[in-house]
Amino acid sequence: MLEPFLFFVFAVLCVAGSLGMLLSRSPVAGALWMVQTMLSIACLYLTLNAGFIGVVQVLVYAGAIMVLFLFVIMLLNLEDVPKLSAFSWTRVAAFVGGVCVLALLLTVIAGQADLLPDTDTVAVAVVETQPPAVLAEPDGEIVAVVPGEAVAVPIDPTSVERIGVALLTRHAFSLEIIGALLLAATIGAVLLAKKRFV
Amino acid sequence: MDITWYLSLSAVLFTIGVLGVLLRRNVIVIILSVELMLNAVNLTLVAFSQAFGDVDGQILVFFVMSVAAAEAAVGLAIVIAMFRNKLTINVDEIRLFRG
Repeated sequence: MLEPFLFFVFAVLCVAGSLGMLLSRSPVAGALWMVQTMLSIACLYLTLNAGFIGVVQVLVYAGAIMVLFLFVIMLLNLEDVPKLSAFSWTRVAAFVGGVCVLALLLTVIAGQADLLPDTDTVAVAVVETQPPAVLAEPDGEIVAVVPGEAVAVPIDPTSVERIGVALLTRHAFSLEIIGALLLAATIGAVLLAKKRFV
Repeated sequence: MDITWYLSLSAVLFTIGVLGVLLRRNVIVIILSVELMLNAVNLTLVAFSQAFGDVDGQILVFFVMSVAAAEAAVGLAIVIAMFRNKLTINVDEIRLFRG
């Protein structure tokens, strides 16, 4: 009962933040609206039981990337853009294009609604929880071994442990590539932002 | 809870990102809109990951976040270099390749 309530609260906050980013005239205000959107999305991850991704979202997006944006905006010392009042056919075409994208996405989602699963459905694994019991006579002769009872246990797909194991086993190569990519991006950013480079 | 709610929210956020790229002329706001689109896709991935009980969706989100961080760093460095040369970050006034 709690999940729908939290979902709608954070969905409204999220859409409000992104609309504020779209409509704000000052880039600083836009970036701050975007921080609200990022934090709301982190809370939505928590409603989906994705604790690890939620924390990473706060750290990386709300913490690192948005602070980088704010630093750059304040470094550039920009003035506010003029109000969006001038009518132009380009702008109307852009708006129509955006609405077409939304209509297309919602049509696809509505068309497949019957096939989509619920977020409540939890994968179940059958595991033996009880150790096998050994029935023995007083003189030590084993009479029977009773197997442990198999119990269906819900898998928590989102535990940090499972994410860590998958990252460092099946996806270890991708993890290394990401490390190299981040190093290359750091070097590239420093080179690009150096004085009299371009 | 029905996953279509999450997908619809993701579609709305993605559309707002598309509108931001198409309507705004400020390079920084355009990069912010691209980040918003990436976040919308991430929300879809996490919702499906939870619905199918599969951890791979969240690992993909992790990688998307890393690439987004790299993209933001390089993109903002390009913006700084551009502003230093042209003293503007309006995409209509930047026409290096147009001759």
